[in-house]
Formats: sequence, C-alpha cells, structure tokens
Amino acid sequence: MSVAKPLPHDTAHLHVTGAARYVDDIPVPATCLSLAFGLSAIARGRVLSMDLDPVRATPGVVAVLTAEDIPGANDVSPSIHDEPLLAEGEVFYLGQALFAVVAETHLAARKAARLAKVEYQELTPVLTVDEAMAAESYFEGGPVTWAIGDVETALSGAAHTIEGTLEMGGQEHFYLEGQAALALPQEGGDMLVHSSTQHPTEIQHKVAETLGVPMHAVRVETRRMGGGFGGKESQGNALACICAVAAAMTGRPCKMRYDRDDDMTITGKRHDFRIGYRVGFDDEGRIAGVDFTHYVRCGWSMDLSLPVADRAMLHSDNAYFLPACRIVSHRLKTNTQSATAYRGFGGPQGMLGIERVVDHVAHALGKDPLEVRRVNYYREMADVSGGSAPAPAAPPRDISGPKKQPELDGPDAHRDMASRGSAGAVDEAAGGVAPDPAGVQVTPYHMPVEDFILHEMTDALVESSDYHARRAAVAEWNAKNPVLKRGIAFAPVKFGISFTLTHLNQAGALVHVYQDGSIHMNHGGTEMGQGLFQKVAQVAAARFGVPLEMVKITATDTGKVPNTSATAASSGSDLNGMAVKIACDTIRDRMAEFLAGEHQAEAADVVFSDGQVTVGGASYSFAEAAQKCYAGRVGLSATGFYKTPKVNWDRAQGRGRPFFYFAYGAAVTEVVIDTLTGENRILRTDILHDVGASLNPALDVGQIEGGYVQGAGWLTTEELVWNDKGRLTTHAPSTYKIPACSDRPDVFNVALWDGANREESIYRSKAVGEPPFMLGISALMALSDAVASCGSDYPSLDAPATAERVLAAVNRVRA
Amino acid sequence: MGQQTGQITFLLNGDPVIASDISPTTTLLDWLREGRGLKGTKEGCNEGDCGACTVMVTDAEGARAVNACILFLPQLHGKAVRTVEGIAGPDGALHPVQQAMVDLHGSQCGFCTPGFVVSMACAHLNGRTDHDDVLAGNLCRCTGYAPIVRAAEAAASEPVPDWMTEDLSKLGELAAPEGDMALPRSSDDLAQWYAAHPDATLVGGATDVGLWVTKALRDLKELAFLNGVADLKYVDIGEDAVEIGAVTSLTDVGAAMADLHPSFAEMIRRYGSTQVRNAATIGGNIANGSPIGDSPPALIALGATLHLRKGDARRSLPLEEFFIEYGKQDRAKGEFVEAVSFPRQPDRLRCYKLSKRFDQDISAVCGCFNITVEDGMVTAARIAFGGMAGTPKRAAAVEAAITGKPWTQDTVDAAADAWAQDYSPLSDMRASAAYRLETARNMLTRYFLEDTGAGATSVLEVSA
Repeated sequence: MSVAKPLPHDTAHLHVTGAARYVDDIPVPATCLSLAFGLSAIARGRVLSMDLDPVRATPGVVAVLTAEDIPGANDVSPSIHDEPLLAEGEVFYLGQALFAVVAETHLAARKAARLAKVEYQELTPVLTVDEAMAAESYFEGGPVTWAIGDVETALSGAAHTIEGTLEMGGQEHFYLEGQAALALPQEGGDMLVHSSTQHPTEIQHKVAETLGVPMHAVRVETRRMGGGFGGKESQGNALACICAVAAAMTGRPCKMRYDRDDDMTITGKRHDFRIGYRVGFDDEGRIAGVDFTHYVRCGWSMDLSLPVADRAMLHSDNAYFLPACRIVSHRLKTNTQSATAYRGFGGPQGMLGIERVVDHVAHALGKDPLEVRRVNYYREMADVSGGSAPAPAAPPRDISGPKKQPELDGPDAHRDMASRGSAGAVDEAAGGVAPDPAGVQVTPYHMPVEDFILHEMTDALVESSDYHARRAAVAEWNAKNPVLKRGIAFAPVKFGISFTLTHLNQAGALVHVYQDGSIHMNHGGTEMGQGLFQKVAQVAAARFGVPLEMVKITATDTGKVPNTSATAASSGSDLNGMAVKIACDTIRDRMAEFLAGEHQAEAADVVFSDGQVTVGGASYSFAEAAQKCYAGRVGLSATGFYKTPKVNWDRAQGRGRPFFYFAYGAAVTEVVIDTLTGENRILRTDILHDVGASLNPALDVGQIEGGYVQGAGWLTTEELVWNDKGRLTTHAPSTYKIPACSDRPDVFNVALWDGANREESIYRSKAVGEPPFMLGISALMALSDAVASCGSDYPSLDAPATAERVLAAVNRVRA
Repeated sequence: MGQQTGQITFLLNGDPVIASDISPTTTLLDWLREGRGLKGTKEGCNEGDCGACTVMVTDAEGARAVNACILFLPQLHGKAVRTVEGIAGPDGALHPVQQAMVDLHGSQCGFCTPGFVVSMACAHLNGRTDHDDVLAGNLCRCTGYAPIVRAAEAAASEPVPDWMTEDLSKLGELAAPEGDMALPRSSDDLAQWYAAHPDATLVGGATDVGLWVTKALRDLKELAFLNGVADLKYVDIGEDAVEIGAVTSLTDVGAAMADLHPSFAEMIRRYGSTQVRNAATIGGNIANGSPIGDSPPALIALGATLHLRKGDARRSLPLEEFFIEYGKQDRAKGEFVEAVSFPRQPDRLRCYKLSKRFDQDISAVCGCFNITVEDGMVTAARIAFGGMAGTPKRAAAVEAAITGKPWTQDTVDAAADAWAQDYSPLSDMRASAAYRLETARNMLTRYFLEDTGAGATSVLEVSA
C-alpha cells in the first residue's frame, strides 16, 4: 500500500532539474505586461498630490493605475474591508501601494514606479506597542479577555509569585519565491489567474470583487508555491487583483512579482508580541495560577490578526495544566506592515509565553526546568478511542450530514466567508460545550485534554538524548571555561489542530478514473513544498490499490473544487486527504457494485489491491476493471466532501472545543555562547515528534527538521528592525538573516513517535506543518540556560536572541 | 539606456551562443529567463544573497559557482556557463547530486533547489566536501539544510559525469565585443582606456556594482569589465612582501592567506559566500570604500600599502590613508587600484568578524589585531576596525595605550577608555553603538586570552 511509505516529493525530479514551473516561469504570450506598485514613502499621512506624468513618460510604460481605475471594490482585505488595493488619499504604512505601473517589462515597471512625485501631509505614526497603548489604537475597540478559575485568589494563595515581561520579535516569511500572480483575460470578461497562493478561493473572491464580477467569472489555478509559511494566505491578494484589473483594462496578460525588497517592505510578517506575566506556584514549581497580558502589534489593517491573537491565547497553556489562568490580549493597530499568518499563527508566541514562565519558575526555585515542566504537565488519559491501530477503511459517519450553509445575503454580501479573518466580521454561533468528562483536565478555554502523550514522549526523549548526563556535563564544562558557556534545555509542544473558525474545517476533492485506469486527482489544498500532493496521492493510490504512478496530481483549481479553505493551520492533509479518500471510495464502491453484479458476488467482497481488482474468483488489472465499468456505464468521476467532526468554538466566551486533536513533540537543544560578544551556536538537537501514523515518514521528518530550524531562526538571528519613521530597515537578505546551512545543529537527531492519532483522522495520521516550528523554543531556552550559568539573576532573555541580546543578558545576570 | 554591446560569445550548457545588442548591464539571470526562456534559474533576491540563481562559470582558471542575478553578460565573454538545465545529462540522466537530492529528500518547495544543485555540482566537480562553506550562499527556507547536506555527502563519492566537462575551444577565435564598454585584457589596456574615460565605472566582480543596477536601478553610462585583466590576478608571496593584484578574487586571496595568516583566511571564509567570493575582487573590495569592508581592516592591521595607477603614473600610500571619510577615497578620476601589498611578518594577526549570522553576513564589527609582544612587552600594535566609523579605521588611541606596556590583562583593561577616543560608531539594523563599542573592547580581551593560551574562545571551535 502506498500510504506510510517514505516516498520523495512528487515533483522532486522536476525541482532538481529546474523544470518545476512557478508562476513567473509559466510561458506567456509576448504581449504580456508586467506590473509594479508605487509605494508610500511615509508611514502615516495624507497624499496631497500625486504627479504621475513622469511615470507615464517612462519608456515601456503602458498605463498607470490609481484607485479610480478599479472597476469594483478597492479592497484586498481578508477580513473587514480595511485594506485598499491602492491608497485613497490616506496612507497607513511605509510601503503601502499608491498606484500601479503597467509596463512592457518588469524592470521598466520598477524603474517607472520610482518616478512619481508625491506630496504628503505627514502625521505622527503609531509604531510601537507603547505608542499604540498610549493612543488606545486597538482593533475590536479594546482588549479581549479569557479566563478560567480565579487568578487573583490563586496568586495570593500561592507560596511563591514572580512576574516578568518577554519581548519577542516578528518574523519575515522569506519564502524563496516572492509573491507572484499572472492574469490572463478570457472571452466574455472572464479572468484566469495563476497565483502563488495558499488560498485560491480567496484570490478568486477578491479578484471577482475587484472586477465587480461574480466568482464564476474568475478561475484561479495554483500548481505550486516556492514556499508559503502563511505568507501566501492573504498577502497575494493585491498582486492578483491588480493584475486582473490591468488585464481587464488592456486586454493583455498581466503579471506581477515583487522584487525582494518590495516584498519585504509591502507584505505582512509574523506578529511581534510583548507578553507580561504574573505566576503563583508551590515549592515544587506547580503552577496555581498565571496571569498573562499579550500585546500584539497587528499593523495597519486587520488582516488575520484576530484569529492569530486568539490562537496565541489558545496556546498560553502549551502542555501545562493551569488551574487558574487569565489572558488579556491587546490587538494593537500600528502604522506598520499588516502582520499576517505565519506558521503557527500566534501559537508560537502564546506558547513561548508559558515556556518562559516555566523556565522562570524553575530558576526561582533552583530546579532543573525539565522537572518543573513535568509537574505541570496535563494528566495522561487512557486511550479509549481505539485509535491505536491503523484507520478503519470506512469514512467517519459524521461526514454525511447536510452542509450547514452560512447565511450569505445578509447586510454584507461580500463577506469573505472563506477567510480566517472573517471571524472579525461574523458573529459565530456558539457551539454547545460538552460537560468535562470526569478526571479529565481542561485547558484555559475549557477543552478537555484527552489525548495527552507527553509523559511517555518526555521519558523517551530524555533517555535518547541522554539529557541528564549531558546537563551535568554542561555544568562541569562551564565551570572550566571562563569565556564560552554551554546551555541545554528541553521544551515540549502541544499544538491544537483545526481552524478555530469552525466552518473552515471543510474540504472538497474531485477524482476521475479514466477508461485506461489512470486517475486524475484534484483537491482544494495547495502545494507549497510540504508534500501535501504526494501524501494525498498516496491516499488515492491506496484506496484504489494501484501504484502511485497511476495517480496524476493536478494543480489546485477553483474550477474543479470550489469554496476551499486556505491550506493553512496544518490542516492540508487532514482535510484534503479525507476528501480525496471519500471521492475515491465513492468511485470504488460504484465499481465494486458493478463488478460484483457481473460476477454474482457481493460488492463488499471485491478487493482492490496490488493493481488488481479481484471479484468472484476473477482478477482484472485496474485498467481492465475501469474499462469494464466504463462500458457498463458506471460513473467514474466523483467529488468528495469532508468536514472535521467534534469541533465547536465560542469565540466570544473563549470556550469550546476549537481543536479536533493535539499534535505533540519535544526537543532537547544544546547551545554554546560567547560571553565576550554574545555570539552563539546550536550544537546538538534531539527531537521526538508525534505525527500519529505517518502518511509519509520522509516528508514528515522533512517538516520537522525544517520547522525546527525555522523556529530557531525566529528566536535567534532573524531580527526585524524599523527606524523611527516606520521604515523597515531589514528588507533584504543582506540585512535580515534567516538560518544558513551551517546554522543547523551540528548533531541533529529527529525521530517520529510511534503512535496513531486517537481521533479518526486520515489513516490516523496527524498534522505536521506547524507543530515542529515550536520545537525551536528549546533553542531559546538553552540560550537562557547558558546565560544563567554566568550569574545568579534570571536572564530574562528576549527574542530574537541575537548576539547583542545574549551579551546584554550576560551583563545583566553578572551585574 | 541606448547603450548596447557588440557580440558577447560564450558557451551555454555546452553550446556556443552569441548575445548581441543588449545593454552591457543586462544580467545573466534576466537574459536566461527572459531572453532564452530558461526558467530553471530562479530569482530569489536579485542581490546575490540567496543563491537561487547560482550558475557554474568555467574558464581557463576552472569551474566556479556564481550568482547570475548580479553577473553582467560581458563578464562571460569567452567563458562557459552551465545552468541547472545543463546539469543533467543530454539523455536526461540525473547528475549524482540531483539523484541524491531526490533520494534523500533535499527539496521541498523546490525554488532554491536549482541553485543548490548547481552549487553542489560545482563543488562535486572540484572535489570539495566542505559542504557548509560551499552552500553558505544558498538559502533554503524549507528543509533546515540537513537533507541537502546528506545529499551532498552521498554524492561525493560518485564520479563526475562526462557531460560536465566544458570544451572552450568550441568558441573559436574571440573578437573583443565592440560598443560603449571595454573588456581590457591587461592593466596597460585598462590604464589607457580609463584615462580616456575617467567617468566610467569599473566593474570587478559586480558583487557591489550589480546592486547599483538591480536595486538602485541606475543606468551606468560607460563601463569597463576587469575580469579579463590577467596581469592583475596574482598573489605574489615574496621574501619581504606579499603583493596582491587588484583583480584577484576573494577566493584566491583566502587560499593564499591560509598559511601566512590563517585568521585572515578564516575571516575570508565568512566573507560573503562561495558565489560572492568567486566573483568579488580584492581591488573592488578596497576601492568601493565600504566602511566595513572586512579585508581592508585586516590589510591595514598588516601594514598594507595601496598601489594606484592613472595612465602611466603610479603612486602608493598606506591603505588607511586611502579612506578619507564615508563615501570619499583618495583616488583621482581615471585612477584605479592596481595592487595592495604588505610586509612579510610573523603571524600575529587575528581577525574577529562579528555579525548576526556567521556565514554570508555583513559585519556589524570587524576587528583586526596585529600586536607584537617581545619579552612580555607590547612593542608594536596595529589595530583596525570595520563597522566602527565611516571608513575602515585604525584604533590609534588603543594602540598607543598598550604599546610599551606589559602584555597583561591589566594593560588590556587600562586601554578600555581609549576605545571611545578612537570610535563613535553608529546604531543601525546590525547593532547598536554601545554594543559595537563593548564588543570591540572585548575583542582585545579575546586576543589577549587566545595569545596567552586560555583555551577555546570562539563558539565556532566548539562541537557537540
């Protein structure tokens, strides 16, 4: 069976030969035009005048577009329509698009875009957390608070209390392929758009709105992205929409790609956070209560900031039972890039908050942080789901219910239902909350934690990484080395899987079996390198019992599968794998029924395996079977539809079951720091990660290795710097430093936890896109450990822990 | 605009091609993608920092990886270019590094992969197994690099496929291309041409000038491409002095320093990336007047002399005097850097490059120390820094504070106040002024500790 095999990425061969096509590689007619935006040079103010004549006069320029040229809605927001495609008089951040140049070449468009003469009336921008708090510059009018238990009582009754503040920076996605779109005008005003997007339906929706046409007039195709990481969930809207406007206006194909500096200047990044905390605990480090305050810098428009800030709150417990917990979340509007989705979607920030708290508690008590982590772990529950074996073949029963259609013709018919940002505009129906089962501990948002496996995983990793002996060796080494200091830390991950906006947990698929037995597979998920297409193809091949080569993987296409959710929230293979499975099973059941009838056999006894279909003693190749079914007038095409069971979430109350299940992981990282300069390096990392019953162990290990390095990058070298005018000064790889080859750990051991998902996910696998990112937190904790060895005070090491911040922390603890 | 080259001739994936009537600042990347429809070579950053556009360039000196995004077509005249499309065999057989990348899951999104494949194939051809250094100029955001290095290791023992050999004789006799640019073949040619075109831009490796075009979008009027100036490519290690020709690549400078001044070589190992060092020249590194520079502070610490030429007139000056202030050097119009030299000396040089990332990062602080100690006394000190002022600059007050003093921690500590007399650094996105000053001071401590045998003081020396 093709499932569970460590097969290479489906287009690995095309990658290594340079033959894999990305948007800018698609052959286009010679008439194709290129676009570039003219950008605001100030962070906040009014545009008094805009002289575009020099732009128009530049050789090669065909047209210059301003807001008035947009036939439909001038908006590319995925949430509350607060993001004009082209500015209308007011500008809100440095880098905002004012106008668009349409030219014969990319270079001509870029050159011309710099020639506009723009006069501004500058206003004082709101740039920092402190400025935003002082100005009460909020989304949603004020902070959001969720709580469980009585925090003040817990704190006042605790044997010990400490408090602190942690600053953590944002993160540039640095997808290697920048944002790109290509619009090809079709007959009758229709538009075909190729977009490097994680969310083709969103592109379709926004392009239709911009052109003022129904969604059926726009088809969006995405074969692959050169990396996404959340940065292509909403940030591609502007390029696709402006290309469509220009294509509609000129009748010529139009494409746009951001130059890297423009990309980094224009697009949103991970939200930076400040987290304040007060925690009460006993002599063992057992937490009685914790009070968190999140300050979230959201940037100039809402985008997806509300669900991001929500998810940060939802991960404020990480792996720890918090009897009393309050989280106050300030979603601050600032004149900076609109912070957006990024792998983990707020989860890493919220999780880092509690990991800091636990580390601080351990330091206060003089304990090994590992022990404090363990005493606070959620209680382990027996597996009562029967999920220890591979998945049963039958689809979950609760997928067949009628789809509950949201009301579309309300006051806002253009509501962006398929976006995670629509949570900001839509009042969600509160789901019923099941009473807590006896003995099960609940999260601060009242969700029972029933699948907790970190006790066993921790035991296994502590042993395989030789944690205790190495911790002793580190202390010994440090005693002998005055300049260099080592540090070691263990950190766990518990990450919730599902879109918190419940209705997004749905997916569709379209599968055809051709008369020669070859199979065409399509679904709503997008491929950004994670190997989703291969995993889902493995599912399809397994359902039909055919070799993988029989399955053709095809580009995501809004004309084939409509109303898709973004490939985000790690949900890709869970949702689309299941939808494809259902579509395949529909066809397979039809084939089985027909063939059984031909052979006076039972449909249930027809076997699809090893490329053969066996029925009533006869055996056909799958191709023969397909041909027979075709001749027998059996429908060999089917859609599949899946919606995740069990989830419900009342955002207003902060209560419910937002997640179908949790994915777990743990890492031990060892580092060394230089106390003269703060320079630091990761020496060794050991990871044990839970992907349930893996659909493809090779691809899963790839996500874990890559996720860890990206997470460690966020917390070490990746520093975003804005100047006091609101200009991002780290807008290219020359100044913004993602990990390079030698930054990976010298010793890098990654193992998969051997266990199946207790919930009925696709083949009992678990989502893997985001959870390993947070394993990188162990790197920051190890750096903190190394700094702590230099003195007696707590390091309070902020992130990213650049050499400069590490040295400052060393100086602090030595003071 | 309006400026056109004559015919630029080179081998592209084994076959001769002619690029004609193009702007001399057309980059190889744009020409491949837009002009030839070869879309395998990718644009990731357009400034030579990500390596997605890596191609292999071969000439009489051998094969090397370079960034196509900041490589101008005239630099390729008479050479061979191999892109990712030419790494697999003519019959489609995968190169060993390609096969290993597939088998060992070295690609995820695949966008950086062509650049990695070319870097790996080039290293494979040259028998290099220092994979971290070979790949320092190729960024990958998906894999965390581990599977890529596994692939490089797995392919190392496979033979080099025969199709990787370039036959430069296929180019036949090459005429110098005509047009508003020069491809001088000798320093005399260059001197004569530049004296006649004193406003022209000299292009060494284009690792800096390339960005004037791709990022600043400047139109450069008159250009001379120096990579054909063979007589300025040398490292002459004499009995009394070492002299380096201006067109010598940083790669070659690094190799030459390995035995003489290994700390300088180690700093050059972290200068740019393999692709950048293969293109960048020592003359360009000095002449562009960067306040950071990396090799200028090292050379100043070694007591280097700069050799300039204008027409037939030559002059020499101490390197530190060349740097007058930020953006201003002691160079007349039409005058160019011909060579830099420094005395042979016992190796007392230590170079400390401090940056956010170890590899391929511009220094926040680059401190170079050359301190002579005799009988426990400091008898001479040359200390120079990049990143601490508007130019690479000597720490005169610190030098004075320690010279003639006993070589002790007390002397190092006593010099602490001198640093602020020498430098008032800026705060920028790389580091704060206070951090720069503090670490500069600590670097002298490091030099002292290393010199007096305190054991490992660099995190790069520690392993798991």
